Amino acid sequence: MSQFDFEIIHRSLSYLFFEGMRFTLTLTLLSALGGVILGTLLAMARMAGGPVLAACAAGYVNLVRPLPLVLVIFWFYFLVPYLGQWLTGASRPIHVGGFASALITFIVFEAAYFSEIMRAGIGSIPRGQAAAATALGLTYRQSMRYVILPQVFRIMLPVLLTQTIVLFQDTSLVYVLSITDFLGAASKIAQRDGRLVEMYSFAALVYFIMSFTASQGVRTLRARVAVPR
Amino acid sequence: MRLIPLALAALFLALPAKAADLTGTLQKIKETGTITMGVRESSVPFSYLDDQQKPVGYAIDICYQVVDAVKKALSMPDLKVLTVPVLSSNRIPLMANGTIDLECGSTTNNVERQKQVAFTNTHYLTASKFVAKAAAHLTTIDALKGKTVVSTAGSTNIVQLNKANADRNLGITVVAAKDHAEAFLMVETDRAAAFVMDDVILASFIASAKDPAAYAIGDEAFSLAEPYGIMLRRDDAPFKALVDKATADFYTSTAGKANYAKWFQAPIPPKGLNLNTPMSKGLMGAYAHPSDNADPASYDK
Amino acid sequence: MPTRPTTRTRPATTSNGVGYHWNWGIFWEMSPEGTGTYLDMIVQGLRMTLITAALAWVIAFIVGSAIGVLRTLPGRMAPLAASAWIELFRNMPLLVQLFLWYFVFPEILPAAWGIWLKQLPAAAFLTAVIGIGFFMSARVAVQVASGIEALPQGQRAAATALGLTPAQTYRYVLLPMAYRIVLPPLTSELLNTVKNTSVALTIGLAELTARARAVQEFSFQVFEAFTAATLAYLVINLLATMAARWLEARVRVPGYGRA
Repeated sequence: MSQFDFEIIHRSLSYLFFEGMRFTLTLTLLSALGGVILGTLLAMARMAGGPVLAACAAGYVNLVRPLPLVLVIFWFYFLVPYLGQWLTGASRPIHVGGFASALITFIVFEAAYFSEIMRAGIGSIPRGQAAAATALGLTYRQSMRYVILPQVFRIMLPVLLTQTIVLFQDTSLVYVLSITDFLGAASKIAQRDGRLVEMYSFAALVYFIMSFTASQGVRTLRARVAVPR
Repeated sequence: MRLIPLALAALFLALPAKAADLTGTLQKIKETGTITMGVRESSVPFSYLDDQQKPVGYAIDICYQVVDAVKKALSMPDLKVLTVPVLSSNRIPLMANGTIDLECGSTTNNVERQKQVAFTNTHYLTASKFVAKAAAHLTTIDALKGKTVVSTAGSTNIVQLNKANADRNLGITVVAAKDHAEAFLMVETDRAAAFVMDDVILASFIASAKDPAAYAIGDEAFSLAEPYGIMLRRDDAPFKALVDKATADFYTSTAGKANYAKWFQAPIPPKGLNLNTPMSKGLMGAYAHPSDNADPASYDK
Repeated sequence: MPTRPTTRTRPATTSNGVGYHWNWGIFWEMSPEGTGTYLDMIVQGLRMTLITAALAWVIAFIVGSAIGVLRTLPGRMAPLAASAWIELFRNMPLLVQLFLWYFVFPEILPAAWGIWLKQLPAAAFLTAVIGIGFFMSARVAVQVASGIEALPQGQRAAATALGLTPAQTYRYVLLPMAYRIVLPPLTSELLNTVKNTSVALTIGLAELTARARAVQEFSFQVFEAFTAATLAYLVINLLATMAARWLEARVRVPGYGRA
């Protein structure tokens, strides 16, 4: 093997970070946001929706969770144009770019996981609070919006963030679609210049530093946000 | 035979281009104001990314001729061209589900695929062969016995490799790579003993390798020289007629031959590589008399 | 060619040339690989997924238990080493770890060993087993350690008072109870191991998702192929969950743990 070439990393830094890492972080943040929103709705449907709605939400979660993300990525890559057609009532499958396709996939996939977190969170709030909110004349939506959910987000914030770190790592799987995320950018340069050792080691190091720092941050946060009881 | 699509195209071109009168892909193009080309990232010199990550190549230039014809036919001078990177493994579903309208690369036209998609006139002819490290001295397919051999997922080549493996009982471990670059890399790093692909693609990989002398293409081919065509959606006669006419006009013109020379007989980006591949006799025939025939034997005259 | 009115009913979208042609009979057709039907391809993939996941789980369970025990040992060095292991394998995406094992590891070995390793016919399989095994070991370690920590302090003290060595204490007192406590999360880690084998398709492992994709590539029937794989994963999940429930009931210590 030839010498480890630091120069190649140095030369490709801007491509790796401005193209690749920007894609990875945008995808991570938007997917987490969308996943939490959809996941919260699923959790509420399961806990307080009618029997049909609850069964649908439970069925959805139980369908998605046993599936590998890679398979779901393939599913949606081909399915999303048809779904778009169906949703918008268009006369043909709509064009969906790589980013949008990946974003929809991750929101749909992660929502199943976020909904379990939110369900545990809602379940941990003493029932008396919901009863008190009702007694005060709040509707279900109001009691969720002003009483229950703010506490759930506070209690569950560390867990939600930990799941987001997992999501950050999982976004690397868009590699299977040849999308230029951080790993995709690294592998394109690795293949073009035959520098696999350098590029993959560097990618591993960057992922490690970012995930490790973030999870240490979550650990510190965990101590701070505990709701005094 | 060629007269019918031409007549259809003439008839079609005479009609006013109102979206309501159009069908299929042309209607889609008119309504959305865009045409989407599926491009490859490492099919040198057909369709690949240059230094600026811009798709370029022999098939891309052909597709731009088609785009010009579409602009004229629909009177849409401002037609927007989108490019979407595709892989061997997803190009056909992405054509079927409407993600791309033209696939501009190195896709073999065969009867099996025509059940799902359509092809316009042939733009290249190439046989399926394998590349290995020269030091390994592998020349025949039987020499691959018991070895690990890679090909690109979703290619006709991996089907031919699997078939030869089963027919001749070779006990080859077949590995499917995501794209050509990954497959060649597996030979470069000794992960696989050989890479089975169309000979023209193999030649371009060898030419751009760090040490071209380290690689050799085997003598025995897995197939006759098979036709490449620009891929279209199936059951869309008006669009196919337009594309057939545009490509036929281009291939029979001097500009068409100049386009061949530009990509196969002159230095090409990004590194100024010259493939030095004159037109084969079969392809000369296909340029003189454009044809979308999938049968390899029809070009072997 | 004159167009004839057709009697076949087709989906409305076909007028745009973008209808999807369903064909569930595809699984009984011969695949172009020449060794069986498309259904056989899915079955081969399923078998590869199960074998890879089983061996990776053996590694994850043994290594993870050892690291989990280290984390709960008294002193500073052992828990620190265990934490380092856990953080290392938890903070890199599995795909990146597989690339490190597959592309980087053989290059840093002496050349002859590297070549030998790369040319093993089962290179992708071995890489997947080891890569996924170590990746999952960090998760198993966290569960095992939390199981041990969940036990009342008195148990360790009682074992010591009875004259058990630390090894005996773990073997006969702490671990048997800790495993029972964390059986549900361990089951979900086992299922994660099965799911994670799909990532190994990136290094050429012919597991279930890869074979479903190959069916799609050869037959162009995208949705049928992925539906078959989806059903297979759902069945694996169902069977594993049922087995875990049975095991949970069987090994339950009366009067202990969840009622």
